[in-house]
Amino acid sequence: MAKKKFVVGCFDTEDVLFPAVKKVRTAGYKLHDIYTPFAVHGLDHAMGLRETSLHTAGFIYGITGTTTALSCISWIFTKDWPLNIGGKPHFALPAWIPITFELTVLFAAVGMVLTFCYLCQLAPFVKKHHFHLRATDDLFVMVIECTDKTNTNDLEVFLKNSGAIETSFQIAESDWWVGRYDNDTIPFVDSNIIGA
Amino acid sequence: MHLKYESQLREPLVTGNKNYHQVTEDIISPIEAKPTKLWYVGFYIAVALLMFGVYSVYREVTYGIGQWNLNKTIGWGWDITNFVWWVGIGHAGTLISAILLLFRQGWRTGVNRAAEAMTIFAVMCAGQFPIFHMGRVWMAFFVLPYANSRGPLWVNFNSPLLWDVFAISTYFTVSLLFWYSGLIPDFATVRDRAKTKLRQKLYGTAAFGWTGSTKHWQRHESLSLVLAGLSTPLVLSVHTIVSFDFATSVIPGWHTTIFPPYFVAGAIFSGFAMVQSLMLIVRKVFNLQDYITLGHIEAMNKVIVLTGSIVGIAYLTELFMGWYSQNKYEGYTFWYSRAYLFSPYGWSYWGMMTCNVLSPQIFWFRKMRRNLFVTFFMSVIVNIGMWFERFVIIVTSLYRDYLPSSWSVYYSPTKYEIGFYLGTFGLFFTCFFLFAKYFPVIAVAEIKYVLKITGDSYKEEMGVVEVKSTEEFAHEYAH
Repeated sequence: MAKKKFVVGCFDTEDVLFPAVKKVRTAGYKLHDIYTPFAVHGLDHAMGLRETSLHTAGFIYGITGTTTALSCISWIFTKDWPLNIGGKPHFALPAWIPITFELTVLFAAVGMVLTFCYLCQLAPFVKKHHFHLRATDDLFVMVIECTDKTNTNDLEVFLKNSGAIETSFQIAESDWWVGRYDNDTIPFVDSNIIGA
Repeated sequence: MHLKYESQLREPLVTGNKNYHQVTEDIISPIEAKPTKLWYVGFYIAVALLMFGVYSVYREVTYGIGQWNLNKTIGWGWDITNFVWWVGIGHAGTLISAILLLFRQGWRTGVNRAAEAMTIFAVMCAGQFPIFHMGRVWMAFFVLPYANSRGPLWVNFNSPLLWDVFAISTYFTVSLLFWYSGLIPDFATVRDRAKTKLRQKLYGTAAFGWTGSTKHWQRHESLSLVLAGLSTPLVLSVHTIVSFDFATSVIPGWHTTIFPPYFVAGAIFSGFAMVQSLMLIVRKVFNLQDYITLGHIEAMNKVIVLTGSIVGIAYLTELFMGWYSQNKYEGYTFWYSRAYLFSPYGWSYWGMMTCNVLSPQIFWFRKMRRNLFVTFFMSVIVNIGMWFERFVIIVTSLYRDYLPSSWSVYYSPTKYEIGFYLGTFGLFFTCFFLFAKYFPVIAVAEIKYVLKITGDSYKEEMGVVEVKSTEEFAHEYAH
């Protein structure tokens, strides 16, 4: 497994973080990721991440639930075992709506959570590289991936000047646990920066 | 970067000049401390109740449903009353976590975690009743549509009782997923500040390897929003379907179209009362007065007075229809069995009216809404009232059938019926005590998000900025 070099800068407030993201991106550094203690709205745009399509997946799962429920119940009650319930129609669509609705919700919710866990590579017993332990407490941790040409000392000074309260140089194994699935979603060429 | 402006008149959601680290400290440190004596006392009482419930259920399973005082007309007694009561209580959690999220009510963040936990435990308790009411509980899987060797003989998809199976199990699953997906980042916070190896391992496992990456947060936000969007119609559908258990029958007093909204309002009403009871204790025990402020309590009391009044209108509508329909069975049920104080169960109807409709009106007064003692007292009263409501609906409609020859003798529960009910209290509080001790009772990450917008510290800062920015804003608009 290839080792990669990273320069880490920690910020203590979003007010400083947003301009720093802008500076880092205009300077042409490769932003690996930013780890934050809570969802900072607008940061994904500032970093140039594309929108997630998780909700589209949720819609597809929901539709799957709807069709599963309707096709199963109608097959069971009209073909497989047409029960005579007081002479009422076998194809009793209104009476099937509650179960159809419940299965739509169930499929969408379960499917989306599993997809979320897969995309973010979340599962019990998964170990990932943590660049800074306070990233889940009160620090906004910006991680920049170094190339062979990057002068890490200069970069650390650059981050300090942008408002980082703490910087460090780290080496981490570059496999999926540092976020392989996220790398391809960060278009570094496009510097259309919103926010900040 | 100020992403959202808010009125300066609104109370801060988090008081006491907190920064991010203090928020973590305040909410996570009770998890790291040893349980207090009081916690042990409460926990053991809950476990003792649970054991009593297990014994009652053991009697019922071994000797059959005859251990309960159900008779030929009252086929649903305490157990279905308790089922509907517990399901109703669960509804407030989803209302707070989902509907208030969609309505962008910032105050929900202080109470949503505990309310969602309450939902899950309440639904667990509710599920016990129909399952053990089946009598031969080892056949419970017969309610599931599976390809069996008897034809296959399928379940009746046109029956509200089967809809209930789907509704309750879906509700439980989705609530659990919603709750757990919100817990993942907070477990990561506990993991990253853990001092002991064991805690790091346990919470590390529970945190699923969460790092706080921006992309993950973005997906997390999308997931929460869609789950909230799904849970909103779901929670309405669940109690609607529970009300269908009654409304689709031809029993006088049950056969009415107002049941779905009436049941949903009642569910939210009792659920908020339970949230109040629990949160008042939690905020005191864990010193969380800065996060669950008087403002939160007042907001919930407003919901209680609103839903209580909706329920009151439903009661009056039913009485009116009992007369207006000129159906003698309906009239008898509403005006004799229920509203006549000296009929056998008249006491339960008037108990319900007093607890649910009259007493919550006290919350029209702001002073009362912000009084902790009154709030706690009322939350208990409302839950008693809502239990009476389900008892009234079930028993007063069933005990006198169309045929006077099948009118039943006075129904009162056996000790095993009561024991089963107390047992679910044991289950509920055992779970809740474990939750309060080992889980972050307030959504840490979400509080940090609202802290920026509406915290005390920020508001003070904004007081100075406000004048300037208003001028700037006016200036920008002028051009």
